[in-house]
Amino acid sequence: MADISDFYDLDSTLGDDEIMIRDTVSRFVENEFNPIVAEHFEAGTFPMELVPTIADMGLLGMHLDGYGCAGASASAYGIACRELESGDSGLRSFVSVQGSLCMFPIWKYGSEEQKQQWLPRMATGEIIGCFGLTEPDHGSDPSSMTTRAVKVGDKWVLNGAKRWITNAGIAQLAIVWANTDEGFRGFLVPTDSPGFEARKIENKLSLRASITGEFYMTDVEVPETMRLPDAISIGAPLSCLSEARYGIAFGAVGVARSCYKAALEYQLDRPQFGKPLASFQINQIKFADMLTQMTNANLQANRLGQLKEANTLRPFHISMAKRHNCRVAIDAARTARAMMGANGVSTEYSPMRHANNMESVMTYEGTEEIHGLILGQEITGIPSFK
Amino acid sequence: MKVVVCVKQIPDPALPGELNPTTNLLKRDGKLILDESDSYGVEMALQLVEAAGGGEVSLVSMAPNNEMSGLRTALAMGADDAILVSDENLAGTDALGTAKVLAAAIRRLSPDLILAGVESSDGYTGTVPEMVAGVLDLPSVTFAKQISIDGDTVKVQRQTEAGYDDVECKLPVLLSVTAGVVEPRYPSFKGIMAAKKKPVEALDLQGLGIDLNTVGLVGARQETIRVTEAEERESGEIIVDDGDAHQRIAEFLGELKVI
Repeated sequence: MADISDFYDLDSTLGDDEIMIRDTVSRFVENEFNPIVAEHFEAGTFPMELVPTIADMGLLGMHLDGYGCAGASASAYGIACRELESGDSGLRSFVSVQGSLCMFPIWKYGSEEQKQQWLPRMATGEIIGCFGLTEPDHGSDPSSMTTRAVKVGDKWVLNGAKRWITNAGIAQLAIVWANTDEGFRGFLVPTDSPGFEARKIENKLSLRASITGEFYMTDVEVPETMRLPDAISIGAPLSCLSEARYGIAFGAVGVARSCYKAALEYQLDRPQFGKPLASFQINQIKFADMLTQMTNANLQANRLGQLKEANTLRPFHISMAKRHNCRVAIDAARTARAMMGANGVSTEYSPMRHANNMESVMTYEGTEEIHGLILGQEITGIPSFK
Repeated sequence: MKVVVCVKQIPDPALPGELNPTTNLLKRDGKLILDESDSYGVEMALQLVEAAGGGEVSLVSMAPNNEMSGLRTALAMGADDAILVSDENLAGTDALGTAKVLAAAIRRLSPDLILAGVESSDGYTGTVPEMVAGVLDLPSVTFAKQISIDGDTVKVQRQTEAGYDDVECKLPVLLSVTAGVVEPRYPSFKGIMAAKKKPVEALDLQGLGIDLNTVGLVGARQETIRVTEAEERESGEIIVDDGDAHQRIAEFLGELKVI
């Protein structure tokens, strides 16, 4: 049976290069990642052995120009995120964190020396980054952060804690956001700096195939040359989040597609009461709803790509798509899980793993509620969270 | 070192194929992709050139309608350039006709080494590489699983049923590469974006200097006379265990010469 998951043939709006990038990432996910994801999810590990292949393809910082980055289009980056996340949100997170949260701020706000020092080695995966904004007591309201950086001579001294940090514990470089006497600033902090201590967060029920951690800084010193010179407000880390959320809007479509396809294959194959589950009206309506919602999500993602390429993409556009598409993905995952009965709870099938992952993806990079309030502010002109 | 790789662009095997009812040949007029069995030859060529410290990997392909999607994939993997032969008179060309066309294209490049897949994943004749060598009057070694170059000599481990033969041969030579012996690299995104700018010389039969009567349906000495549906597989024997099931399974496996 033909695959109609791209129901409106939105991929026909992509260029040849983007199609080839899609096919390459899709083949990688299918051949290298999907066969091992369940065991990593169970073990709570990320398949680090795939990082060289991920880097060789050019996935790390793929939408940035120069400094060893591929310089692919915004749509290509989105489509790559979609294909990665069809495998697992942990895989897309790895690429998002490295490219959008760690390489992007250096590329956008860093000095020429910082770009040359770090970006090429981050593109090859030799240096893994992590992004420290969220704190144990400050999530949706990052402006209230308590991490402080104090200038002493030509050095900065950092103190504070960051939590729920993807790749903390395996990263060599942390992008740390701190409050200073001059306002919010960003720092490049090697994780082997004296006073820097990182720990993995265990016992997660979500995003298990991704390393999440926390780090503490006690009088960590970095020279002025490690401060991002052009990051001079809380807007800088928020712009990094916009980059990553953009990828999530696409990634969620991959999640929904994976769940839809798993449930469809299962229901066509499994007879109950003498005929395939897919032949029952109630299930066909569920598929119709899933396909419709997935198509809505795909349309939003596709349009985000066009707006980003036209340089007219605004943060509230991304808020709508991130919020909507994550909701579509988690609903699809839960519906698909239920359509697979008891077998749906096994790691053999993707939907429940995706459903669990989406709990995190709906929360990180701006919760569903915060993105709703960003839209609320755009609609009414009244900020409800200030 | 200059290596030429013969690559076939085939209809996507993931999609249902269709035969032309008149000629009984596979319809090849839609989008074509790089035959996976040729991706091993491309990878092998790239590795040999890298090991030699430099050189050039060129592709030759014959396809209808100037189709080059599959060539692009191989160029994105790292091949330097390509010759694409496309001509409406090539429809219905048989294995020997294909070999003549590929040989004429290869001659223009004067390579040190020519690689091809053992057989294509759509036609499976498995004869074209040796025919190309025959037309070019070059030696050929089949089923290469490992290749190294030592000066003007190529050393090949040639896969056999029992193991492998060590074969040495003076260059130039044509080798057919066994599927699965190397891990074809994923095209890099930079490679994908650069592939469009790599030179692809598009030639027709006249440009290659090939007599129209020796290729295409007119020149084909091979004809697909009849196509029949594959027989439905019979359902297997169900063994109910009366205490001797293990013996009967062992006997069955013995008959298959698996044990």
